[in-house]
Amino acid sequence: MSTVDHTPSESAPDAQKWADVQASADFTELKHRLRKFVFPVSGLFLAWYLLYVLLADYAHDFMSTKVFGNINVGLIFGLLQFVSTFVITTLYVRHANKNLDPLAEKLRNEIEGDGK
Amino acid sequence: MNESSPILNISIFGVFVLITLVVVIRASRNTKTAADYLAAGRAFTGPQNGIAIAGDYLSAASFLGIAGAIALNGYDGFLYSIGFLVAWLVALLLVAELLRNTGKYTMGDVLSFRMRQRPVRAAAATSTMAVSFFYLLAQMAGAGGLVALLLGITGTGGQALVIAVVGALMIAYVLIGGMKGTTWVQIIKAVLLIAGAGIMTVWVLAKYGFNLSSLLGAAVDAAPKAGEKLLGPGLQYGATGTSKLDFLSLALALVLGTAGLPHILMRFYTVPTAKEARRSVVWAIWLIGIFYLFTLVLGYGAGALVGPDKINAAPGKANSAAPLLALELGGPILLGLIAAVAFATILAVVAGLTITASASFAHDIYANIIKKGREENGNGKAYDEDKTDEVKVARITAIVIGLVSIGGGIVANGQNIAFLVALAFAVAASANLPTILYSLFWKRFNTSGALWSIYGGLIVTITLIVLSPAVSGKPTSMFKNADFDLFPLSNPGIVSIPVAFLLGYIGTILSKDKADPAKQAEMEVRSLTGAGAEKAIAH
Repeated sequence: MSTVDHTPSESAPDAQKWADVQASADFTELKHRLRKFVFPVSGLFLAWYLLYVLLADYAHDFMSTKVFGNINVGLIFGLLQFVSTFVITTLYVRHANKNLDPLAEKLRNEIEGDGK
Repeated sequence: MNESSPILNISIFGVFVLITLVVVIRASRNTKTAADYLAAGRAFTGPQNGIAIAGDYLSAASFLGIAGAIALNGYDGFLYSIGFLVAWLVALLLVAELLRNTGKYTMGDVLSFRMRQRPVRAAAATSTMAVSFFYLLAQMAGAGGLVALLLGITGTGGQALVIAVVGALMIAYVLIGGMKGTTWVQIIKAVLLIAGAGIMTVWVLAKYGFNLSSLLGAAVDAAPKAGEKLLGPGLQYGATGTSKLDFLSLALALVLGTAGLPHILMRFYTVPTAKEARRSVVWAIWLIGIFYLFTLVLGYGAGALVGPDKINAAPGKANSAAPLLALELGGPILLGLIAAVAFATILAVVAGLTITASASFAHDIYANIIKKGREENGNGKAYDEDKTDEVKVARITAIVIGLVSIGGGIVANGQNIAFLVALAFAVAASANLPTILYSLFWKRFNTSGALWSIYGGLIVTITLIVLSPAVSGKPTSMFKNADFDLFPLSNPGIVSIPVAFLLGYIGTILSKDKADPAKQAEMEVRSLTGAGAEKAIAH
């Protein structure tokens, strides 16, 4: 855990520095890696959630179809929402640890100087 | 409820209060600065904060409400929990880390980062207080019903007294412990709640040979009126075209509201880095998900073992399903434990809401508008030294909010709780989330866009709620005798959320003032890299 005290404000990067970093290749790549993952995945899980809600709302017979015992399609779809949430969470963490964190840390060190 | 023993229930709850008070007092020893008081020194770990988030999020409405809804309405109750869970992906993917990197104590920090400070902070604080107040009212009103059920106090005066005691305890936690103490209360409560629900779940499943299908069958057998319909969707929301649309609207508000709830957002500032913020959301998602799976079993279990007739006859109706199930399974002692957990839940959630609202007032309104901190001319760092005022204002605000919510809770006692919670989610999804997403991801977004989406979302949501059947025109309305329900849906989300996104866009496009490119560069770089983010405090 970081135990660094506040960085004094005079050492903070100035406006030009932020703009330079924003225009740098590394930052463009970091932004691209983040957006390339979170935007499509957000679209996907929201669409899947919406599909589920619409089915539950307007396709009662389909959702009430028994699959085995008293377990019906609706229950399975509902449980699949839990599964997809857990899976997306795990995938994102893996993506962030592997592809986002190292680049973000590199940029952060460049901006803040060699100290933590 | 003959076997229920109010004295046992109160004693177990008393033990909880005693233990948490000791923890809060010990935790508050190092609380000196504003960052200590409002953000717990940013020193909690991801897992600790994740458990605390679960504690903040799993309110009495989730525990008692969802279990009860499943017991009586079957599958439709389950739908709530799915919305509440999937919503966390919005927070994980789009909000948590970026917010941690750019803000300090409040949602207003992020929204006003590259805008004109005063108007945007005022707007963010207004919407924070609105959401927190509705949520707070719902919890306090719920306390009244819970008391009737668990302590056998049915008189209005007695219930008012208990609401006042709950409020006073909450004020004490917040005053003494600040964010650190409140976080520990959330952690203790979350562990008790999830463990209690877990034990009951295993117990119920054991009675049916760990076969979910037989449990569902037993629930159907115990509910001759609903029968097979209990297992499919539509029992609660399937009646008419309007009620189906209402459900769709609710589902939208649930999934988009969570990442705009100020008391959840504020929790991300209690950890040292964005990576810890991410870890905390991951912990929260697992805990909340598992808990909702428990409620599925508990709900159908209550339906099967207690039966809908007995639940409906109990004071508190649906809300009594989980406590009655506890009584059925483990007798008065388990009931006492579950009752204490339910109380602790209300106490912890109101404490979290109070500290959020008071932080927003102290930091956004007092420090940055009234006293106008030195923030604009630096990057905000120099300001931290001047903190005692802000903490003092936050403490005073907490007392005021506590007193107002006691009064509001007594007045709202017996009102429809679900409606108040849905209102909070609808405001969060309409006023807060569009503004947060635009600020973080849309370069052109500017001050006027932010004001349009916050105030626009807030006004549209509240207007539609006032004109809805939840407020007037129906036997279940707040004002049964008046009739001005011009808007057919109880939940405004399906209209107010798109309208707020649109207003944010139009406000930005139409305005002459340009987004500040330098500030935008700073915000974008900081949000993604964590450079210049607030660090943890070393004690």
